[in-house]
Formats: sequence, structure tokens, C-alpha cells
Amino acid sequence: MRQFTHILRKELKDFFVTPIAYIVITIFLIVTGWFFFSTFFLYDQASMRNFFNLLPLIFSFVIPAVTMRLLAEELSKGSYELLMTMPVTFGDIIIGKFLAGVVMTVAMLIPTLAYPISISFLGQLDWGPVIGGYLGAILLGGAFSAIGVFASSITHNQIVAFIVGAAICFTLTLVDKMLFFFPEAILNPVEYLGANFHFSNISKGIIDSRDLIYFISVIFIGLYGTYLILLQKE
Amino acid sequence: MIHVDNLTKFYDSFCAVDGISLDIPKGEILGLLGPNGAGKTTTLKMLTGYFPPSAGTISIKDFNIQDHLLEIKKMIGYLPESSPFYKDLLVYDYLDYVAKIRGIPADERHTRIKYLSELCGLSHVMHKSIAELSKGLNQRVGLAHAMMRDPEILILDEPTQGLDPNQIVEIRNIIRKIGEEKTVIFSTHILSEAEATCDRIVIVNRGKIVADGQTEALKQAAGKEAAIQLTLANASFDAVEQTLKPIEGIESIKKMDQTDDGRLSVKLGCRSESDRREDIYKAIKATDWVLLEFYQEAKTLETIFRDLTRQINKEN
Repeated sequence: MRQFTHILRKELKDFFVTPIAYIVITIFLIVTGWFFFSTFFLYDQASMRNFFNLLPLIFSFVIPAVTMRLLAEELSKGSYELLMTMPVTFGDIIIGKFLAGVVMTVAMLIPTLAYPISISFLGQLDWGPVIGGYLGAILLGGAFSAIGVFASSITHNQIVAFIVGAAICFTLTLVDKMLFFFPEAILNPVEYLGANFHFSNISKGIIDSRDLIYFISVIFIGLYGTYLILLQKE
Repeated sequence: MIHVDNLTKFYDSFCAVDGISLDIPKGEILGLLGPNGAGKTTTLKMLTGYFPPSAGTISIKDFNIQDHLLEIKKMIGYLPESSPFYKDLLVYDYLDYVAKIRGIPADERHTRIKYLSELCGLSHVMHKSIAELSKGLNQRVGLAHAMMRDPEILILDEPTQGLDPNQIVEIRNIIRKIGEEKTVIFSTHILSEAEATCDRIVIVNRGKIVADGQTEALKQAAGKEAAIQLTLANASFDAVEQTLKPIEGIESIKKMDQTDDGRLSVKLGCRSESDRREDIYKAIKATDWVLLEFYQEAKTLETIFRDLTRQINKEN
């Protein structure tokens, strides 16, 4: 087996042996559940659209909270030194930690499958946007995890890692809602930067290569940035 | 086995290690000694491949550390200064994780962990989380970590730090046992420890090697110098100087103290292959002095270490 799988499994053990995973999942479910269902019956529509509209904003706080410890903790405790003297490469470490973030995102999303299932009993649910929405949510979780891992690599302090990570994710979520601040000439590139913009395309059930490329590039940039930071720590 | 040439490390403009060259043959237990901040840990960290040297080369067997970092990391087991482990994991889970990363096949993993837990005396804490362990037990987890893949080279940074005397003896025995077949490099600032465990001692100060030799050779070189203290009654310093000066090997005679009731203390500096105390006693016996005290302070490794490291610090 590749080395990164061992790191991934160790990180997951850390999440699920300690209360971190359960606390994060619970908070995520309470927040999404409350905001989604408090208006669900007013709209009187069997649709998950409002749930997916919420996700980018909630993810931009929850995912950095999950990823903040991934590297910052190792750096502050010094276990990074032990890790680096074992036969692993930077790539193994970064991929392992990143995938731990993605798996946590999936673990948060799985209980929410109860929503579409129960909605489908209430009315005619269109499964296309739901599947697209979950696919987009995983991509969005991946992009935010990559950003979170990067934020975690630049500091020894987990709180700083969380704030930096949340700030970047929050900016990417909101930038397409701030378009009126920007001159017309750069409107399109700025809109393209917005994670929300791409996510809402996918969650409508439209899978466009531009949106996929956006998420894959954010993941790549985040992870490559982490690599450069770790390289510089030598 | 290990060949280090002109190893240098700068932290910004501060030179932590300054041109260290070493050749370490297989199966040697090498003790790296030095005062705090001498560059011991930095040297060890470079040997493990944790960070690259600013200048100089390290090669282990035929592998150069620049090009074959992963191969070298596979050969080395490392115990860092403070054992920084994942506190939330159980001891067994942690060792299991290390075994996986070190590439021990699944069917051997359990027996290997069991063997190491017995060797390091961890059997009764395998189910505890690392955060609950005492400093000494932590250190043993580190030792088990370092020896996981049966490494050819074991690098230990202050392995007995923070342990109680019984644990120190145990760890030393473990090191000795491993050192029968493996190459062990460890750093310490406790001299008696190096004396008791090492085949060879290297003393570093301010990033430079100031002494390098087999433990026995260093001890013998140290043994040649001795200081003898005498307390005499009914004697004058001039007479003592005249009588004792001709004895071969006595280099200096110093008056320490003279009390009103006629007691005289002198210190003799000796440098000689053999013990001079017999000659001194005979010379005193021939006079009418009364011998009240007579003892020799042999120069130990400790005094060598102090001389070497203090001298240089004074010069700077």
C-alpha cells in the first residue's frame, strides 16, 4: 500500500477516537438542519436547493475547523520531526492529510442523505440536482480541505490556521455576491474565482467541465502551496 | 558505514555546526558529547535527513543523503530529544502506525510490536493512551519507535534525559545490547553515561570537534595527569619544594594554605605514565615531617571535557 494511506488512516483514527469528528458532525447537522427545515415548509417545494445554497457558507467555517490541526499540530508538538525521519515524502504527507479532510466532509454529508429520502416521500423529488449537489459538495469540500491544509501548514498555531483557512474559504464563497464592487472589465474573472458560483452550477444538476476544472485547480493550488511551504521549512 | 565530510549548518547567520568530519564503522557505539548548544542535536538531525546540511556531505553505505534520502531514512531509527508523539493514540495504535509506515508486512506486524514492547518494557501499557504515560515510558515508546524496522543505524538524542536512575541503567543496557550488532550514535551531556556505554567518544563544542577517540584511549590520556594534595605538619614550604621537586613527573608545587599551628597544605601537579605516590611517600618518610593528609585526584573524562570546552569558550 502507498504510504499516504497509512497517514490517512492515522488521521481518521485521530478524528474518530477523539470527540472531534462527532462534535463537528453534530454541529454541522444542527446548523444545516435548522436553517434548511425552518423555511422548507414555507416554500412548499420538494427540493433540496435551499440545502445546497447553504453549504458553501457553512463549509467555509466547518472544514477549516476540521483541517486546522492536520499540520499545525504536528508542527507545534514536534511530531513533524518524527514523521520526516520516517520513509515518507512530502507528497505522502500532504495527500494523506488532504484526503483525511475529504473523508471527514463525506462523513458529514452522509447523515444528510436522510433529507432527500424523507423529502421524496413528501413530494416529487428531482434526483438529478440532488446527485449533482452531493457531487458538488464533495468537490467543494475537497477544495476547502486543500485550502485548510495549506492554512494549517503556514503556522504552529491551530487558531491562526483556522482563521486563515476560514478567511480564504469565506472570501471564495462570497466573492461572486460582491460583484457590484468591481469594475466591469474584471467582472468575469472575479466571478470565475467564486466557489459559490461553480458550486451552484453543479448543484443545479449541470456538470460543466469549467466548474470541474475550477475545483480541481483550487485543490491543486492549495496542495502545491502546502508543498512549497513544507519545502521551505527544511 | 557512515561517512561525514565537512558537515556545516547555518541557521541564518548563526553557525551551529562548523565543518564536522567523521567516519563511523559498522557496529560502533559513538557518544556525541558537548555542552548545551554545542551542535549535537543539529548534527544528529542532519544525519537522520530531517533537514539538509548547508555544506558538506553525508553518505551512509553507498548512499548519498542528497540523492537517496528515502533509502537512508529506511536504514535509520531515530529517537528525538523530547519524544513528541501523538498523545491521543494508544501505545499499540501508535506502534502499529509506525510499523505500517516503516513497511512491515501485515503478518509480521503483531509479533514485531510484541517483541519490541517486551524489549522496551512496554507490555503493561500497550492499551493506554500516550498522554497518560510518564516521561520514562514515553522515552521507551520512542525507543520502540526507533527500533521498529530493526534499523542498521540507531540515532538517539539524549536517550536517558529525564529518567530515574533505574531506568537509565535499563536504557543503557538496551543500547549496549543493540550496539552489539548495530551502529549506535547518541548524544548526551552526561559524561559518566558516555564512559559507561560508548566505544568511542566525540566531544563537540561550538560546532567543532574538539576531541575524538576511543573511550579507553581518552581515559588513559586523562589518567596521566593527576593532582596530589598533601597536608603536613612541622614543615616549611621551601623545604617541601626542595625535597619534592626532584621527583620525576612532578611539574608544579603550589602552596594552598598554612595555618598558625604549622599545618601546611600543598598541591602537586603530576604528569607521568606511572603512579608517583610511592616516591613522594618515601621522600616524606626520610624527613621529620608529619603526614596528615595525602590523596590523589585522578583526572577524569570530566576534567578533560571541562578543560576542552571551557578553554575554547574563554578564547572567544
